[in-house]
Amino acid sequence: MRIPGWPFAAAVLVATVGMISCQRAGPSKESADVRLQGSGASFPFPIYSKWFKVYSEAHQNVEIDYQSTGSGSGVKSFIDKTVDFAASDKAMTPAEIGRVAAGVQLLPLTAGTIVLTYNVPGVKELKLSREAYAGIFLGKVKKWNDPAIVKTNPGVNLPGSVINVVVRADSSGTTFVFTQHLSAISKEFAASPGKNDMPAWPVGTRSKGNEGVTASVQTTPGSIGYIEFGYAMSQKMPMAQLENKSGQFITASTASGQAALATVSLPENLIAWVPDPTAKDAYPIATFTWLLCYKKNPDPRKAEVLRDLASYILTDGQKESEALGYLPLPDAVATKVKAAVQNIQ
Amino acid sequence: MPTETQISKPPSRTQAITDTAFRALCQGFTWLVAVIAVIIVLKIVLAALPAVRQYGLGFLSGQVWDPNKKLYSILPEIWGTLYSSVLALIFGTAFGVAAALFLAEGFTADAVFALLKIVNLQFHPFWGKLPVQVENLLSNLIELLAAIPSVVYGLWGLFVIIPLVRPACHWLHADLGWIPLFGTDLSGPGMLPAVIVLSIMILPTITAIGRGALLAVPTRLRMAAYGLGATRWEAIFAVTLPTASRGIFGGIVLAFGRALGETMALAMLVGNANVISVSLFSPANTLAALLANAFPEASPKDVGVLMYAATVLLVITLLVNVAGAYIVQFTASELEGEKV
Repeated sequence: MRIPGWPFAAAVLVATVGMISCQRAGPSKESADVRLQGSGASFPFPIYSKWFKVYSEAHQNVEIDYQSTGSGSGVKSFIDKTVDFAASDKAMTPAEIGRVAAGVQLLPLTAGTIVLTYNVPGVKELKLSREAYAGIFLGKVKKWNDPAIVKTNPGVNLPGSVINVVVRADSSGTTFVFTQHLSAISKEFAASPGKNDMPAWPVGTRSKGNEGVTASVQTTPGSIGYIEFGYAMSQKMPMAQLENKSGQFITASTASGQAALATVSLPENLIAWVPDPTAKDAYPIATFTWLLCYKKNPDPRKAEVLRDLASYILTDGQKESEALGYLPLPDAVATKVKAAVQNIQ
Repeated sequence: MPTETQISKPPSRTQAITDTAFRALCQGFTWLVAVIAVIIVLKIVLAALPAVRQYGLGFLSGQVWDPNKKLYSILPEIWGTLYSSVLALIFGTAFGVAAALFLAEGFTADAVFALLKIVNLQFHPFWGKLPVQVENLLSNLIELLAAIPSVVYGLWGLFVIIPLVRPACHWLHADLGWIPLFGTDLSGPGMLPAVIVLSIMILPTITAIGRGALLAVPTRLRMAAYGLGATRWEAIFAVTLPTASRGIFGGIVLAFGRALGETMALAMLVGNANVISVSLFSPANTLAALLANAFPEASPKDVGVLMYAATVLLVITLLVNVAGAYIVQFTASELEGEKV
């Protein structure tokens, strides 16, 4: 059978043109007069993309593009001015801030916790003292039935097998926050390897990304590794209870994470760390993550959208946090950040 | 009869112009490729220079990578890159050349033909074509391996290969641990899973090029061998393989280049530990994996160090390719014997 040539080609042409024009007529493209480009931290990527999607849907003329390239390269592109905003788990150093002539406004918009996930056959609940988990990541506590672990887990049948420590292979903000905490609770860890986003771990096999660590822990009996709370929650990974500064064993949850952040008072530049929270019911490893904005924006409309976006995130946006495993900001913090939003001009 | 045909006519003006333009275009693109390659190398080397000055040759011989102490060196990565690639090449070549032989020398077709003969369909107009089609299908399937994204190989290695090989590794380490190859136990990612996945990734290159080379061997050479009383295997090993050796070696060199530069799957599977060990079960690291892991969060100072590592990887790849080209030249002319 011969396909009639012209009518067929014409139909294809019409269909193609139709599809293209439909796309063009879509709300986001044709009328997007404000387009924000951002890049940076991968830790808050799930919650950021959710916020940006909701915001662009509500504001037809705004398009927000965020690439999770990692905190380091986020700060780099922010200094090089190739983006309208950036994001970082490590905030920015004073030297880095000094290199931005337009001024920097850091906004802590969300927070998260880091958990220790493990795979020990038959062990449903695990309590780790600070001595135990710092020792594990220093390579000093080598076996699951080490006295340091047994002491806090009476009645739990711990095997005599070797602990397989899994750490992140790639440089990441998660590792930075975790090593910062370990450095705060262990002098020995602070001396070596110390806090870094890719330190020279004295022990352990290294896996790439949250997913790599999760896979290694899942498939290797006798493993322990650190991952983000949101990730552990969605993958239903077991999480160890960790001893906090006041000697309590705390399960990671929204409430215990918020308790860790509640005691923080933010300084002028809004950069504050909680390497070792003091509250009684606080989960020990929690951190803010920051959005980086220029104080003086060349385009006033972009500044206006950024302010509006930040206000949305600080109010309605916070309600989305919990479902994705992030911590809604404590009220005191949110109020302070809201005031700082006005510095974006 | 016309005196002037299409061929005997001198080229028209348009033809001459298009001809020259096309030649210029081709030349231009060729130069462009060369220029781009030079620019890439220059950019990397220039970015690496400060680190080269600071760390010098000690960068190549030390074993510590500690950003907090500003100590950087890449001997374990160099070792891991070469060790994983050589091992993968051994496995990949063994299986790849065997598969190429199987597909090119008619073994598959013979088997299908024998099957058809049982049901007496071997000369049927439709079913009779089956042997050739099965052969093509199989070789396409092998080539399809090359189209699988590297990250999929990595995930497959994490979730399938590692749990699969773990019991065997435990047994080998427990019972034969005195052999250095099995000197440590496998704790998740490590050299062996990386090598297995890497050899599967380079197999299509070896098989596709090897099969092409074997098919290009003139039939009269085989016939001559049979005529002299050679058996099928004698003909393959004494005549076909040596004649095709240049092509097969070419494929192996290409595959080695691919193995050296493979990044994502290895970053996920090799264990990324700064360890030099001959044990197959020990975690290790490769240059490409180090680059992939360290780049996203690297500070401007670290970038120089990483560029130094990238330069080293470039040099290794270059050396391997040059050495490979020489080996292909020599072995091939040795094996092919005197040309008459």
